[in-house]
Amino acid sequence: MSRSLLIALLLPLLLVPACGRNESPWQGRNIQGVMPDLAFSLTDDSGHTVTGANFAGKIVLLYFGFTHCEDVCPTTLSTLTKAVRTAGYDADQVRIVFVSVDPRRDTPEVLRSYSAHFSPYVTGLSGTEAQLGDVARRYRVAYNYGEPDADGDYEVYHSSAIFVFDARGKVRLLLQQQQLDAAAVANDLRRLMVSAS
Amino acid sequence: MTPLENSIGFLAPYEFSPTVLAVCVSAAWLYVRGSASSSEQERFRALLFWSGLVLMYAMLQTRYDFYAQHMFFLHRLQHLVLHHLAPFLIALSAPGERLLAGLPAPIRHHLIEPLLGCRLLRGVTTGIQQPLVASILFVGLIYFWLIPDVHFIAMLNLSLYNAMNWGMAVDGLLFWWMVFNMRSDDGNADRHFGGRILLLFLVMFPQIVIGAHIALSNQDLFTVYAVCGRAWPLSEHVDQQIGGLITWIHAPMMSIAGALVLFRRWMRQREPSIAESEACRDLS
Repeated sequence: MSRSLLIALLLPLLLVPACGRNESPWQGRNIQGVMPDLAFSLTDDSGHTVTGANFAGKIVLLYFGFTHCEDVCPTTLSTLTKAVRTAGYDADQVRIVFVSVDPRRDTPEVLRSYSAHFSPYVTGLSGTEAQLGDVARRYRVAYNYGEPDADGDYEVYHSSAIFVFDARGKVRLLLQQQQLDAAAVANDLRRLMVSAS
Repeated sequence: MTPLENSIGFLAPYEFSPTVLAVCVSAAWLYVRGSASSSEQERFRALLFWSGLVLMYAMLQTRYDFYAQHMFFLHRLQHLVLHHLAPFLIALSAPGERLLAGLPAPIRHHLIEPLLGCRLLRGVTTGIQQPLVASILFVGLIYFWLIPDVHFIAMLNLSLYNAMNWGMAVDGLLFWWMVFNMRSDDGNADRHFGGRILLLFLVMFPQIVIGAHIALSNQDLFTVYAVCGRAWPLSEHVDQQIGGLITWIHAPMMSIAGALVLFRRWMRQREPSIAESEACRDLS
């Protein structure tokens, strides 16, 4: 009894060192089968409704942000754009879907001029509170707004995840905006393209 | 939005689960149907039961679940309620007889009674209700879902997330029922209070170890909250510290509470025998 009790008490301790990360040759974390397939209903920068089906046959990098974001969002989008270019794909094959969670300021016009900066790879989308809420719930992300300053400007806190879907709309990788390397992402994209064909 | 709309919005489920709703409503319905007497002691037991049931429902089927998905310390609080507090209250209220009495007679006679009599099922429940097995399960589940890689995937995958929360609630009920149910498996001799109290103390230590490990770690162990976004801008370090403290201090406190309840019952049980032995001495 006392021996098995001792084992029972020590067993959990053995689990702690097992917490290390396993080294992956991919830049992204493999989340195949972990999250739902690509599906949403949002509004594009010309005011049309866009769903996940509009991106069938393309690799999609789904990222949440806002256009007033000063450094993180533009840096992330330009690194991703660079990665797609490095991988040698055109906009028919890979699309970076930038979902603005700040629909109050990010009107279709604002989104259009913003994504034009990264074109043709970036598609800017937004939606009503309910539409954005649905996408956020589906992909388990959160966003919230800071207090507005004297000029009415406010911070938007959002997820740092970039979800990568293959050409069949299946979720494959999770990239994090803090640790993005264009060459490594390009490598991931090439491998995804090969595995899909 | 008006405050009223806000509160109603908070009470609506973040991710509606028909299973949670069905289980909670059935339990409530059975309990109401099965309640016959209303002595003061019974009313107190009913209060314990309802508090536990409402707490469980609130943790899983209100907007609180959104906050628990996006803040580590609120997730720890959710598990504290699902695994420690609510099952503690429900098990303490000993609702078994009432729930059984609440069953419509045909279901009781043709389904539940044969099931209760089934030897295989009895074997399984007796097995997982062995104090040692129940304690290992209780602590093991806490450790398992706090393995950083497991935690990461569980917070991203809805089915795993639900399995984690269900597992916590069910295991909590099993554990605290084992603690407070003093009848032994063969129904003859009563189990010993001292053994239960010892067990409650023993399960505290692994919880203290993992809670302290999380609270004192300088590393962001659970990166999923940064990846998916926190419910409000709170530093990951503070979030992890509070979450660790809940696991370190509050969860083991429930062991103390359980031990106090058992001590009280034990003393009450001894009182008549003490009075008896004094009477014997007076006589001699």
